[in-house]
Amino acid sequence: MLDAIELGLLEQVAGMHEIPEGAYNIRANGVSEARNSTANIEIVSKTDRPGIDIIIKPGTKNESVHIPVVLSQTGLKDLVYNDFYVGDDADVFIVAGCGINNCGEQASEHDGIHTFHIGKNARVKYVEKHYGEGDGNGDRILNPTTIIEVDEGGYMEMDSVQIKGVDSTERVTKAVLKDNAKVVIKEKIMTHGKQWAKTDFEVDLDGQNSSADVMSRSVARGTSHQRFLSKINGNNACAGHTECDAIIMDDSSVSAIPELTANHIDASLIHEAAIGKIAGEQLIKLMTLGLTEEEAEAQIISGFLK
Amino acid sequence: MLELKDISYDVEDGQEEKGILKHINLKIDDRFVAITGPNGGGKSTLAKMIAGIIKPSEGRIFFDGEDITDKSITERARMGISFAFQQPVRFKGLTVRDLINMAAGKPISTAKACNYLSEVGLCAKDYIGREINASLSGGELKRIEIAMIIARGTKLSVFDEPEAGIDLWSFQNLIHVFEKLHEQVQGSIIIISHQERILNIADKIIVIADGEVVRYGKKAEVLPDLLGGLGGCRFYKGE
Repeated sequence: MLDAIELGLLEQVAGMHEIPEGAYNIRANGVSEARNSTANIEIVSKTDRPGIDIIIKPGTKNESVHIPVVLSQTGLKDLVYNDFYVGDDADVFIVAGCGINNCGEQASEHDGIHTFHIGKNARVKYVEKHYGEGDGNGDRILNPTTIIEVDEGGYMEMDSVQIKGVDSTERVTKAVLKDNAKVVIKEKIMTHGKQWAKTDFEVDLDGQNSSADVMSRSVARGTSHQRFLSKINGNNACAGHTECDAIIMDDSSVSAIPELTANHIDASLIHEAAIGKIAGEQLIKLMTLGLTEEEAEAQIISGFLK
Repeated sequence: MLELKDISYDVEDGQEEKGILKHINLKIDDRFVAITGPNGGGKSTLAKMIAGIIKPSEGRIFFDGEDITDKSITERARMGISFAFQQPVRFKGLTVRDLINMAAGKPISTAKACNYLSEVGLCAKDYIGREINASLSGGELKRIEIAMIIARGTKLSVFDEPEAGIDLWSFQNLIHVFEKLHEQVQGSIIIISHQERILNIADKIIVIADGEVVRYGKKAEVLPDLLGGLGGCRFYKGE
């Protein structure tokens, strides 16, 4: 059974108050705690390494999969491989995420490697949240890797959020797209204290009329550091857009490093980056509405990361 | 309601001090007061000073008899002063609804928020969830800015060139907004404007040029001179 700490983490990362409907797998401290397959979505343990295969039948519509992970033991290093096989024409909602509560002295780490094989004309909305808590000195480390392969006409939207409590994260997201495939990736990160976050996107637009939209919004506070790398390779007639928007506060630092490569005459690639502190006129506007400077700052940040 | 006593504002211009506002004395109690005058004359500086964004180098400001010279922007806003910016600010992520809620000081119903937007000629359902970002035009932002002032409904509202950029929206509607705002709150409205039709609804007109009040009087007395060719030139030159 999950204890109160683990249930709290589950709520943070998956918005779960109770056992979800549909297919799910709940992993706690390195072992599978609960699992449910449905008629269209089968979850099975891997036999060669830790992790699960999630097999979604072609044509499955409006079903959801929840695969949250919680860690409440200090000093645990958890590595897991999860593979999603999304059948042709399926339309599903997938929620993953990891919450760490580390009250001990040793580092707790979860490295999740998620691979999505998205079938022809299938649509996936994928939400991933990362969260850390605990009053110990042990670091909370999360290194998610997401590999996305989208077949012809497929679509994937990925929302990843890391707002609180993760000391160190290195996030890698790679996507390869075939004809008419599309990915939309939205990342939201807030770091504080001495935290360190690195995100690394690489998209290969191999198919004709494939497109990618990668958007990162982040807030860095305290003495935290963030590094945003985005690489898009346009290998066909395609459209790629990457955008990094960051607010820096206190003594933090943020780097944004784009790398766009057009290998085809009809590849159209755009990168936008804006890094800076909260504009003084934004604070003043909200203060003329009666907010204090602190309230104005909080509203601007929460809107920015909404 | 609002009194400015011997207000001056100086900025450093190279080696010397330059007077942006010079010994301004004004008492504003009327329903509508329009401030006009040539560009660079100090009108916007004066408006920002009333809102607390700029502090005077000399002089005192009184609001309902209370000295507010040392009060912050927030304190003045809470006392009942609103300020519509000449160039509205954009916010990534915050929506029209967020800003109207903040202006109203509490979460308000969709119907009520929509009313405010309708008053400024925006089709509310298209706008309520929109982000205040670069996707909105200058004219749309300007109307949202005015809607926020209506939502606040304070005793004193200061508008800095509200007519700029509202091309497709008739002046008549803008004037109606000001009249309705006055009816609702029974307060004073100060409008910085160059537009004759806006000056025409004012009870009094203040002409500011080169940092000084060169004329302050009833519309009937001031407006004909402003519009009357030579007279206008004389005032705009600040002579």
